[in-house]
Amino acid sequence: MDATVFLISAAIVLVGALGVLVARNPVHAALFLVQTLFGVAVLFVLQDATFLAAVQVIVYAGAVVILFLFVIMLLGVDRAEDLGVEPIVGQRPLAAVIGASLLGLLLTLLLVATDGPTGALGQTAPLGDGADNTRRLGEALFTDYVFAVELTALLLTVAVVGAVVLARTVKGALQPLPVVVVATAEELPGTTEERFGVDSDTEIDTAFPESIEGGDA
Amino acid sequence: MTAVDTLVLAVDPLLSGDLDPGIVGIVLLKVMVAFTLLLVSVMLMIWFERKLVADMHNRIGPAVAGPFGILQTLADGIKLFFKEDLIPDRSDRVVFKLAPYLSLVPAFLVFAIVPIGGDFSSGDGVVTWFGERTYLQVADPPVGVLFFLALSSIAVYGVMLAGWSSGSKYPLLGSVRASAQMISYEAALGLAIATVFLTSGSLSTHDIVASQVTGNWNVLTTGVVPFLVFLVAGTAELNRPPFDLVEAEQELVGGFHTEYSSLRFALFFLAEFMNVITMSAIAVTLFLGGPAGPILTDTLGWVWPVVWFGLKVFAFLFCFVWLRATLPRLRYDQLMDLGWKVLIPVALGWFLLIGAMGVADDRGWPVVLVVLVGMAVMAGGAALLIGAVSKARAERLADAFPEYDDSPTPGGLL
Repeated sequence: MDATVFLISAAIVLVGALGVLVARNPVHAALFLVQTLFGVAVLFVLQDATFLAAVQVIVYAGAVVILFLFVIMLLGVDRAEDLGVEPIVGQRPLAAVIGASLLGLLLTLLLVATDGPTGALGQTAPLGDGADNTRRLGEALFTDYVFAVELTALLLTVAVVGAVVLARTVKGALQPLPVVVVATAEELPGTTEERFGVDSDTEIDTAFPESIEGGDA
Repeated sequence: MTAVDTLVLAVDPLLSGDLDPGIVGIVLLKVMVAFTLLLVSVMLMIWFERKLVADMHNRIGPAVAGPFGILQTLADGIKLFFKEDLIPDRSDRVVFKLAPYLSLVPAFLVFAIVPIGGDFSSGDGVVTWFGERTYLQVADPPVGVLFFLALSSIAVYGVMLAGWSSGSKYPLLGSVRASAQMISYEAALGLAIATVFLTSGSLSTHDIVASQVTGNWNVLTTGVVPFLVFLVAGTAELNRPPFDLVEAEQELVGGFHTEYSSLRFALFFLAEFMNVITMSAIAVTLFLGGPAGPILTDTLGWVWPVVWFGLKVFAFLFCFVWLRATLPRLRYDQLMDLGWKVLIPVALGWFLLIGAMGVADDRGWPVVLVVLVGMAVMAGGAALLIGAVSKARAERLADAFPEYDDSPTPGGLL
């Protein structure tokens, strides 16, 4: 039964991964990605890593891909993309070369290395039963690896603050003032109509420069 | 080693031995019972909601089909079943057909982890069926409540994709609102649930119920606040009034399912009401001791926990209908403010406080001192947050209405 579950979920993972590559519509690609993440979650359950499986679904499927979808929908790129244009010259051959070398690296590690890809011996017996899983993970994260966890938390906080700073619209004195407020109509070359696209005898209210942009003053 | 040994999905005594056809039969029976129970209770819930709202509005409500109109839902279901199934031309057909199932399947699956009975006061929640000892729940995964959170994040896909694939404006707006709302409130919901993990010491729904058996329900041991946060966030997660901006008829026609008709619409409707029932059941499980309650008779003793569970869930369902009948809908900014600026900070602060009390208990520190220090730190944090929020608000107001007030007092406009 282990082998059956593994084969089915591996097939789901691979089909999803292929779908991400082949799908022309970004939303479909994101959905294939969800399928892959689900398959991986099933593989985690198969390894008794139930906590990882749940977190995989909650974090990746429930938050990350949802945000992908948000961005896709809000930017309005949810149509099939024209793949004939290469945005950066030489991007595709380069991507193929790098992908092939990564695949070669992984295969070499898997096939050649005697101590497994990480250099550590693989576990042949379970570390604990399924119920124990969450406690063990928590202990490892908050004792042995506590600095790594805290640094990651700090990194995420920095990322959030950075995003807020970048997205923030500057108000008040820092905003560049429109030139039209300080120059009167007579001082500028050309007619008012040429400059602003409004009728020349329209009175410009200097207190509210927005009304000029609206063109309905 | 058999697969059942390695796949530890449940610590149910039923599944601890070897699999035989009888055990498979019991599991199938449980699945069937849960499925039917949920469907029938949805039918009754829709009737109950319509009848109760009608009573509160001083109307009669459904009264024609069956006694007291109790078969109205069945009639509506049959009508929807035979209606024409429309698929808009501009829709994304595959995703359009997929979306209702992404709503429905999680709604069904969540109910699988809810213990609906079992004598927890003397028998560890085990009942004996056909000579086999088992829990009265379909599955008891070791990550129980996380499974609930995972499925509720999958349910977002149903809403989001339904709106997007319709290829029409209002459904898209409705679905963007819905998914933003569900994601925002999931954080507060998760933090409220995490407090329960701290006091119960387990993620499994069965163990959480077992830890509340002696009457120390989590609603009291976690200090009421997480319960209230859970209720508000849960109502928002369900898109129920007063948080039903998703379906604000005045603005969005019907929300994300505007373009759906016939059976596919019925599936969304079904999922929505099933979610109301399962959310109530989860609230009862987490905070109100689940099926725990006195066993009043010796014969048929297993009935009583089921009855207590049913009564507790019913109380929640009544409150959901009551909210719908009495509260006006929130504005979108009020909704986001409540979620991000009130519920999440409160839930996080309370979670940390309960955590600090647990550490103090372990280390033998004076609990009162720890609570006082914790309160002081939280008061400082709250002051910073309120100050920042009210300053930002004052600046926004001053920006929007320069002639209104040039020097707002900090905090005065909150």
